[in-house]
Amino acid sequence: MDKFTFGFTMLVIGMGGTLLTLGIMSAIMVLLKRIFPLEQEERSSEKQQ
Amino acid sequence: MTMLDAFWNGLTGLGAGFVHMHWSNPVMIVVGCALLYLAVIKQFEPLLLLPIGFGCILVNIPLADLMGSNGFLRIIYNAGIMTELFPLLIFVGIGAMTDFGPVLENPATFLLGAAGQFGIFLVLGLALVLGFTEMEAVSIGIIGACDGPTAIYVTSKYAPQLLGAVSVAAYCYMSLVPLIQPPIMKILTTEKERMTVMKSSTRSVSRNTKLLFPLVITIIGGFIAPMGLPLLGTIMLGNFMRESGVVARLTKASENEIANVVTLLLGLSIGATMDGRIFLKSQTLIILGLGFLAICLDTACGVLLAKLMRVMTGGKINPLIGAAGISAFPMAARVVQKEGQKYNKRSYLLMHAMGANAGGQIGSVIAAAVMLSILKGMGII
Repeated sequence: MDKFTFGFTMLVIGMGGTLLTLGIMSAIMVLLKRIFPLEQEERSSEKQQ
Repeated sequence: MTMLDAFWNGLTGLGAGFVHMHWSNPVMIVVGCALLYLAVIKQFEPLLLLPIGFGCILVNIPLADLMGSNGFLRIIYNAGIMTELFPLLIFVGIGAMTDFGPVLENPATFLLGAAGQFGIFLVLGLALVLGFTEMEAVSIGIIGACDGPTAIYVTSKYAPQLLGAVSVAAYCYMSLVPLIQPPIMKILTTEKERMTVMKSSTRSVSRNTKLLFPLVITIIGGFIAPMGLPLLGTIMLGNFMRESGVVARLTKASENEIANVVTLLLGLSIGATMDGRIFLKSQTLIILGLGFLAICLDTACGVLLAKLMRVMTGGKINPLIGAAGISAFPMAARVVQKEGQKYNKRSYLLMHAMGANAGGQIGSVIAAAVMLSILKGMGII
């Protein structure tokens, strides 16, 4: 494989892959927050603290 | 042997270090002292730069042979760097220290942690153009992760001959973030953008979410980029221990005793790679220059993505927080807060910047994992 092909592949798939992976993780975080919302009790205990 | 010969031989033995000195040794001793100056007087990353500086001095004293097959620095180096153990143990400590709450509050800031890694890939291409081999270019690019343990992990595995230069660049630039970032932030933003006040977020993350986060990220991240699982797995193990709250002793040991001991040994080992005959090359200067460029590009890409997010959200985002998308945690977030306050006293960007900065912490690990997995996919490693 020549250096240009290697560099261009790393640039495109590397940047795209990092953005996509973190995008997926970001979506998982939103999902986790929806599935496990902050309970009223946690909220009030937080306020007391 | 006459008495005179014995005396003469004894005297030459005392000065043998001076006799066998290579021109590069005193130069590197000065470099070691400069690192100690930065650590002690300027207090730039003292935990790392102090043992690195001292290790650099030790390895440049001729005939002591500390990096010889039985030298104590070689034994530490082989045990912790060659096996990749030291950076991974540091990662357990980082995970145990880091609160990912701010990024969970606003998951969109996670994307800024991705843009904050783009410098890695841009500089990788530039290193190839400048004649470095593929694996050397990967190791130089990873300086842009702005994350010492990640840079050491990748470089020690794929271009160990560059370990000294890459590690010193990574740690020096991490400590210089407060000087490097503000001018770039200013150039790429308008005064109106810098003055934007972001709405403070209310606490909205449950304990279950915080507990499941490291577990889910490990599994998903591991499946996407398995080659980076040692990095991702160890940082998330530390965080899972922290959030579980049931292994306080292990968490404390990871973030204190283990991290402290490993930091000392890691620093000494890196310093030990700075033998003048290997380190003093024009190549080292090029690596330092490329590393600097990588961190500048990371900052620029982070700010530019934050500007795009500002447009998409109708002006709700202050683009300065994009600069916190790098991995220098929490230094980059503090820089953003300070710069934001400089332009608008009512602007409190710290929590938003901490979100982007925590995203950058994971982003650097993911970028390395993605990079290694692509290399594996292409059959290069």
